[in-house]
Order: sequence, then C-alpha cells, then structure tokens
Amino acid sequence: MSVIATQLRRKKESAWQILRPLAIPAVFLFFIFSLAGCSSGKKAGPATVVTVWHWMTDREPAFQELAKKYEGLTGVRVDFELYAPSDAYSQKVRAAAQGVNLPDVFGILGEKRDFASFVKAGHILNLTPYMEEDEASWKKSFFAKALAVNEFNEGNSYSVKPGIYGVPIDIMTIEMLYNKDLFKQLGLNPNDPPRTFAEFLEIGRKIKAANLQGLVSGWGEVWMIDCLANNYAFNIMGKDKVLKTIKGEVPYTDPDWIQVLTLFKDMQEAGVFSSGLVTMINKNAEQLFANDKAVFAFNGSWCVNVYKGMNPRLSYAAMLPPKASDKYPMSIWGGAGSSFMINGRSKNKEAAVEFLKWLTARDQQVYLSEATMNLPANKECLNKIPEILDEFADDMELSTHPSTWGISESPQVIEALDKGIQSIIIGEKTPQQIAQEVAQVKARELAKQR
Amino acid sequence: MRLKSTLENYIFVLPATFIFLIFYLIPFIWVFQLGMYEWDGILPTKVFVGLGNFKEILLQDRIWWQSMLQAGYITFIALTFQNAIAFLLAWACDREMRLKNFYRVIFFIPPVLSEVVVGLVWQWILDGHYGLLNGWLVKLGFPCLVKNWLSDPTTALTTVAIVHSWKGFGWGFLIFLAGLQTIPRELYEAARVDGANAWSCFKKVTIPLMIPVAVMVAMLTVLGTMQAFVLIIAMTGGGPAYHTQVPVLRILASMRGSSRFGYACAQGISFGVILVVISFIQYRFSKHSRQA
Repeated sequence: MSVIATQLRRKKESAWQILRPLAIPAVFLFFIFSLAGCSSGKKAGPATVVTVWHWMTDREPAFQELAKKYEGLTGVRVDFELYAPSDAYSQKVRAAAQGVNLPDVFGILGEKRDFASFVKAGHILNLTPYMEEDEASWKKSFFAKALAVNEFNEGNSYSVKPGIYGVPIDIMTIEMLYNKDLFKQLGLNPNDPPRTFAEFLEIGRKIKAANLQGLVSGWGEVWMIDCLANNYAFNIMGKDKVLKTIKGEVPYTDPDWIQVLTLFKDMQEAGVFSSGLVTMINKNAEQLFANDKAVFAFNGSWCVNVYKGMNPRLSYAAMLPPKASDKYPMSIWGGAGSSFMINGRSKNKEAAVEFLKWLTARDQQVYLSEATMNLPANKECLNKIPEILDEFADDMELSTHPSTWGISESPQVIEALDKGIQSIIIGEKTPQQIAQEVAQVKARELAKQR
Repeated sequence: MRLKSTLENYIFVLPATFIFLIFYLIPFIWVFQLGMYEWDGILPTKVFVGLGNFKEILLQDRIWWQSMLQAGYITFIALTFQNAIAFLLAWACDREMRLKNFYRVIFFIPPVLSEVVVGLVWQWILDGHYGLLNGWLVKLGFPCLVKNWLSDPTTALTTVAIVHSWKGFGWGFLIFLAGLQTIPRELYEAARVDGANAWSCFKKVTIPLMIPVAVMVAMLTVLGTMQAFVLIIAMTGGGPAYHTQVPVLRILASMRGSSRFGYACAQGISFGVILVVISFIQYRFSKHSRQA
C-alpha cells in the first residue's frame, strides 16, 4: 500500500513540477478575463453613436434604412439593435434597467405602471422641454392621443413628475375586421357591417348555420380579451364608472359588469366565436383570417402589414365592435403603438433627441408608414397613407387607452377577468360567478393597498 | 512547506469556488432575499414584507395550488404512461430483432427536438378546425370523437400530458435500454436451464434488476415534468382559463404579467422546497428498494 501511495505522491509531485510555472499565471489570467467580462464592453469608435433597442421585427429593415440615411445627413451613427420576440425584449430591458446599462434609446413594453417605475428610477429622460421648444412644434406634430400615452399628468396616481417621457413612432387602433368575400357567401352586404349587437348575433347564427368560423383573435394571450371587454364596458357604463371600478368604488358584481360578461356568453351561444378561440394565439388568428377561414377578426391596425404579407388578395374592412347599448359611445383601444424613450443617464441624450425629432418628422413618418403599413404618429402625413389604414385612422377619435386613464387596474384583477371570460366562453362558469370571483380578487388587492 | 502546499491547493480550488459563488450561491441567496420583498423589478426601492409573500402563496393563491395539482397530474401520466412505453420499447429493442438500431434512433428523436417546435406541430395536429387528428377521425368514421382537443377543458390537460409523454419517453427509453444491457445474459441462460419461460425470465430476472434504474427514471421524470412549461406555452399558453397552468407558468405570470418579482421569487422557493421534498422521498424509496 505504502509503495502505491509513494508512487502516487511522486506522480502528483512531478505533475505539479510541470504545472507550477503555469498555475499562478493561469489563475491571474482567469481573474483578469473575468473582470474584463464584467466591464461595460464599450469600444472606442466614431464621435457619436446612438444605440437603439427595439423589438419590432417587421420594422427592422426600414429602421436600418433610415439609420443609414441619418448617418449620411449628420454623421451620427444610429445602431438599431433588434431583440425579439417581445417577451425576450421586455426581459432584456428590465435586466438592463436593474444593471443600469440601458442603451441611449429604448422602448418599454408593459403597462403604464411599469413605465412609471422606469421614470421614477431615473431611467427615462423628461422630454417636455424639447417638446415645448419652437412654440411646441415637435409636440404639435403628433396625434394628441399618441402623445397622451407617453405623458404623465398633474396629480397622476403613479406619483411621477408631470411631463412627456416618450416619443410615439406609430399609432394603432384595435378594431373588428370582417371578410368581405365570406360576407357575400353568407348573403350579407359586404359594405354594410353590423352596427348593433343584435345584428352581430344574427350574423353569428348565420355563420353557425353555414358551418363557417366566426371571430378569431389572440385570446389565448388574454390581453386582447381585456381590450374587447373594456370596449363594451365603456359602451354600457361609460368611462367614469369603469374608472370608479378600478378605484374600488364600484364592484365588479355591479349589474353593468355582469351585462358586459353576459355579452361574451351571448356571442358564444350565437356562434359568433370561432372554435378554439380561447387558446388561440394572435399569429394563428391572423393566419386564419388572412386565408379566408374566419368571418371576423379582432385585431390591431398592425395587422394590415401582416395580412398583406400572408394574402395580398384578402378582401376585408374594419368596423367598430357593434354597440351593445345606446347609453354611451363605443370606444376602442388606440393611441401610441410603439414609442421610444431616451435613457435619462445617457451621454448621448442630445443626439438621441435630435435623432428622434428627425425620425418623427413628416418624410420619415411617410416612409415608415409605406414600408411597414403602420399608422404614422405624425398627424401631418395622414393624407399619404393607404386606404385600409385610413379606415383605422378614422376611428382614432373614438379611441382610448388604459395608459391615458391615470390609474391602472391591478394585473391580478385583469387576469381574473380575462381568464373568467375564457371560462364563460367554454361554458364552464356563468357571468355571475365570474363577477363574484373578480370582485374577490379586487377586494384582496384593495386590502393589500391599504 | 505544508503551508505552501495548502496555499497552492487553495489556488487551484479558487476558480471553481469563484464560479460556484457567482453563479450558484449568490443568486440563490439573492432569490431567497427577494422573496421577502415586494418589488416590481425596476424601481431601486423594495418594500420588505417578511414572510408575507409565502403566506399569500400558502393561504390565498388558489391558482398556484391548482397549477401544482395540474403539474402533478401531468407527472402522474408521465410516470405511468410515458415510462411504461419507454420500458416496453427498451425491452423490445434489447432483444434480438431486425432494425433495432434504427428504432433506437427513431425513439430518441422526440427528446432532441425543440419543445416550441413540438408544441406548435402538435397544436396544428390537434387543431379543432383543420387539425390532422380530427380529419383522420372523420375519415375513419368517428366524427362523434371530433373535439377541440386543446380548447376543451375536459381534454386540454390530458392532451398536453400525452404530448409531453410523447416528447419525453425517449430519455426513459435510453436509460432503460442502458440498464437492460447491464443485466448479464448468463442469468437468463441459467434461468432457462432451470426451466423458466420468457415471462418468468422477465418477472424474476429483468424486473428485480431493473428496479434501481426504474427509480432513477422516476426521479428524473418527476423533476423534469413538474418543471415543464415550454411545451405548454406553445400549445395552450396555460389555457383555456387556468386548465393547463403549471407552477413555472404561474411564476412567469407573477414576474412578467404582474411585475411582482418578489412574489415570483417566493413562488420559486416554495416550488423548489416541494421538489426537494419529493426527491428526498424518492431517494429514500430508492435506497429502501435497493436494500430489499
């Protein structure tokens, strides 16, 4: 045994003799490289480089083209860095915020509450002084509703210093769309979409009888259900009562809310909804509608570009969700589609502001609108947009957005409401049961706030 | 001399310790610490809530426990259906049969495919309107069986569990096959000399010697399946309603949907504790079975 042990020790010692000269430098280099890996990674380069992070895959080629043009004009290089899908992008931005290494320009995906947290943490520059320059010419170039999404007003519930903190690049509205060819197939006038809820249900029955698929949408991702539910809540009880519900002054068990929930039950029973709607992701919904497989879609104005890519011959039009009540006007969600924010800690703040001013000027907005088929945020170029986009733009006046309400519903309540509507659609629960469940979640959230 | 040798040893251990600290220990402590705060992941300030998040999980979060039960159901299907298939196929491939190497490759294809791709392909196969499965059911004369497999609350979870089993049985197959190949052939020959038929050989030789392997496969199946979520996101997104929600999806919902990083950390810790307890029970069972 001792012989073996001696041999092993000798082997170990001889290996150590060979390795010893390398060991200390190796450990030293390991630490050096580790520290180098933790450094900011900034390289020496041209005088000014503005880095922009975004998630908009469809707009990437147009952004690159504009960046090239801008560098040619000003000598300032703009690096657009695409991080997709949007979930991954969102995580990246949050991680960068935690590490205080956000780029010069970035967008925020999420609710107004998240936006407020970014501002309060000092990650976003207040753009009000720039917007007000030259008799507020930059501010005036935007649709008021597009700007409102990026604004915090006096006395806002988020305790953010009032001001404009984002620049809208394009805008969107979320509406109903109908397939004109399938309307003809159902014996309906393709230029006369349903305007009342009763007409809508009647078409649903015809869809069911003809064994066609009705409404498709990304309701597996839930936030779009929330959107339609809010449209009808505004129509049935008005904005004030919706906001009072969010504040906790009106319960979700209120008859008006039960009526909102009952609409989904009625639509399901009439055959308005496509089967499988509750687990459908928006990409699948877009494919079904674009390929003439569904009569209705509930989608945002970004869909124009998507449908064009999937089926250029698709014949469709936009319409407002049919009114369920005459008490209040029908509202749709709309406002800024995508916005860019400037890093409050960036060394290139001024260059970033100048670039965003240029990007949102008339010519660049027309180019972006034509290249990406999105509604421009700059109202001066509306006369240059395609006809179908014009239909979406027409309803901009009726639009509203949770980001402009000054108060946000708790995400837990939104989830309970959205999942509850899914339960109603699959026939598992009644509107009354869901109203009770949502009210319970709301009570719990209110108790936490106190 | 002794001190120098000790110092040299520590120098060699240092890089590994450094990596362990940075990537394992510090994140673990940080997650545990965050579990005691209410934090949205953005603001520099956090609100200390002590064990409030854990209390909420335990007493108020009904959906969390529903998701746990659902993950348990998927795990049960994986433990029984998936592992039974894996074992039977491994047993078949261990015997002298034609094209056995071909089958070995084929059976191992599902596990190496991307979970997102598998989820999307199965979503397409199971689609209520245009899905292949419903098309075949109609062609075979069973139109009454046509369903919206993933949107119907009565079938969604089981469908997801079966697809998960399809995706995962290859791992079990591989481990079982390796286990079967370690059984000495002499044991079978001796059993046959003693007059044992194929069933007796299987019952008296194969099964007892495969128990430790089966316990290990069961442990891996439980740990892997309880944490499954990519396939579910791709197929149902956790719907309809909450019918295919699993714990990891709830953690993601707390973090991304509700911006409650502290609560998500507390959920992660609770989930980790549950998995450790399950693993410990399985380990004890494995030890007991080996001794027996």
